[in-house]
Amino acid sequence: MKNESIQNKDGAAKPSTIDLVNKNLAKRYRAEKRFKAYGVAAILFGLACLVILFTDIIGKGHSAFLQTYVYVEVNYDADALDISNVNDPQQLAIADYSAIVKSALREQFTDAKSRKQRRNLYGLVSNGASFTLRESLENNPALLNQTVGLWLLADDDIDTYYKSRGDNKDDAFVGRLNPQQVAWVETWIDQKQIKKRFNTTFFTSGDSREPEQAGIMGAMAGSLFTLLVTIALSFPIGVAAAVYLEEYAPKNKITDFIEVNINNLAAVPSIIFGLLGLAIFIGYFEMHRSIPLVGGLVLSLMTLPTIIISSRAAIKSVPSSIRDAALGLGASKMQVILHHVLPLAMPGMLTGAIIGFAQALGETAPLLMIGMVAFIVDIPGGVSDPATALPVQIFLWSDSPERAFVERTSAAIMVLLAFLITMNTAAIWLRKRLERRW
Amino acid sequence: MKTKINENDTQITQDVSTLQTVGNVFSDNAKMSMRNVNVFYDDKQAIHDVSLDIGKNEVVAMIGPSGCGKSTFLRCMNRMNDTIDSCRIEGDFRLEKDDIYHPKQDVVALRARVGIVFQKPNPFPKSIYDNVAYGPKVHGLAASKTDLDEIVEVSLRKAGLWAEVKDRLTAPGTGLSGGQQQRLCIARTIAVGPEVILMDEPCSALDPIATAKIEELMAELSQNFTIAIVTHSMQQAARVSQRTAYFHMGKLIEVNDTKRVFTNPEHELTEAYITGRFG
Repeated sequence: MKNESIQNKDGAAKPSTIDLVNKNLAKRYRAEKRFKAYGVAAILFGLACLVILFTDIIGKGHSAFLQTYVYVEVNYDADALDISNVNDPQQLAIADYSAIVKSALREQFTDAKSRKQRRNLYGLVSNGASFTLRESLENNPALLNQTVGLWLLADDDIDTYYKSRGDNKDDAFVGRLNPQQVAWVETWIDQKQIKKRFNTTFFTSGDSREPEQAGIMGAMAGSLFTLLVTIALSFPIGVAAAVYLEEYAPKNKITDFIEVNINNLAAVPSIIFGLLGLAIFIGYFEMHRSIPLVGGLVLSLMTLPTIIISSRAAIKSVPSSIRDAALGLGASKMQVILHHVLPLAMPGMLTGAIIGFAQALGETAPLLMIGMVAFIVDIPGGVSDPATALPVQIFLWSDSPERAFVERTSAAIMVLLAFLITMNTAAIWLRKRLERRW
Repeated sequence: MKTKINENDTQITQDVSTLQTVGNVFSDNAKMSMRNVNVFYDDKQAIHDVSLDIGKNEVVAMIGPSGCGKSTFLRCMNRMNDTIDSCRIEGDFRLEKDDIYHPKQDVVALRARVGIVFQKPNPFPKSIYDNVAYGPKVHGLAASKTDLDEIVEVSLRKAGLWAEVKDRLTAPGTGLSGGQQQRLCIARTIAVGPEVILMDEPCSALDPIATAKIEELMAELSQNFTIAIVTHSMQQAARVSQRTAYFHMGKLIEVNDTKRVFTNPEHELTEAYITGRFG
């Protein structure tokens, strides 16, 4: 009707609607293609960054999963070890194992004459080798006064040298090694007395000043305990707060004020939570420094806003028809929430919680404030043992001057990523399982 | 023709608050009786001084144009409007002798006596069995699993759904067709054993075949239950109800025997509506 009247007014020169549409059609499709291309470009950019990141980290860190060992024939000389009774654990514990390693090295490389040269020679084997010797003697006391060939942990400088060497001697990273030490190592290489093995130390021990003895286990345990405290506190508290705010709280100034504050807290820099933890948990409640319990408390405070906001969104998205249905049947408010709202909101709440926990797992700044940045060798056995966390360990190692810590830093990042991926996969699996209940 | 409707529009949008309900709002054997009901959403008045009786084992249909307050009135009858903060209700609601809005009246107990079926089928995202068993479970009506099984079967039979679902009671209720879902919701409501069933446009989301089934069901249900139904379909009101109440802009304009309303309405607004001059 309308079209007709316009055409009548302007005469036949006016093109028909379909012509106008067709004229614009090509332009519209072009715009649409461009629009799609922007999205593809954004995704490609993200993927490229991810690939670069992973190549770099894996390229640098993969070598940390192998560790250099040298073959040394040591003589468990009872006199040198100062052991009179091999069945006495105390004697075994205090025996001077490094002495027999040193004498074995002296025997192989007779050209080490001066004190300084000898010290350089002894430096080729990690002082952690003593533990290997002690362990093998404890397991087999018959070895006393016998000569055995053992693969001992090499020093980190040798490790770096051997790993960087490849087939060509000239490519090798010499670092702090002097030419004589290099010559000794080359002798080992020629005699096939040196090899790389899977680095179990890295996964089983705590931190150490010596890179070859440093492991990630302490930080992993610390992160795990911290995260357990965080999950145990922030999820129930967050869900309870969200349920109250969404289902029970009257809409007034106070709840508005609380809501604004929750939203603001979600954007507060995490170091502020660290300061808060320092002042309240350590300063006021006099809890210990550096323990996962305090770390978990601080990270809970940091994660709570995220969980509350996402839980509220999930609760809000439960259709009101389901609430009406349950209320109409005479279910009480609590029954409606427990039987219907929470089960339906659970996948959404979990999604938010996973994001919060992943964030907490990667958080460094607040942990620095409460002393979880300390150098801790022992692997924590609970939430009240001093500990550090994975991201803090990465931070500490990246600060260390030894070359061998570079690959360990990257390896620790890989472990952290694996930790994150495992956690997220578990959570996604859990979410899928809950969703499957229609 | 066009101008005529316009004339009527001005006539029907005039202030109706002075109008008195015509017909007979009272019932000799009232199951529920509402007196001088006013409902407000914030400052806006949705119901103006409505009084109505619902007789025992009677089907009362409430009809009227959209926004006339019939659904609001229905939802007030089992206090579903309690969940709306801005809603304020005045007047006297009685279920037999009990004051529904008495401070001591427990709303959970009330809803066990006055069930409701909604416009859109809204089965829980649970199995068919659990859907029906939910009400009896929360009220503790079944002493044992066998009792519960029996309640579920009886309810599904009454809702005419048993034959269709008896082999897949563990299948999700949301997987049924629209009409089946609505009958499941009815089964769920009768499983609690209410005295009154409120139905809020129960067929508006259903096709004619499913609608016919539900209407058939209502006739059977009225032998055991008292039913109040809100509907947009005048044919439906005519088919299922014994009495019909016509609402207009928050006023109850006319209540009469259904036959009377559809053949010889007392009020001109009722006549205008049922003859299709607006709505």
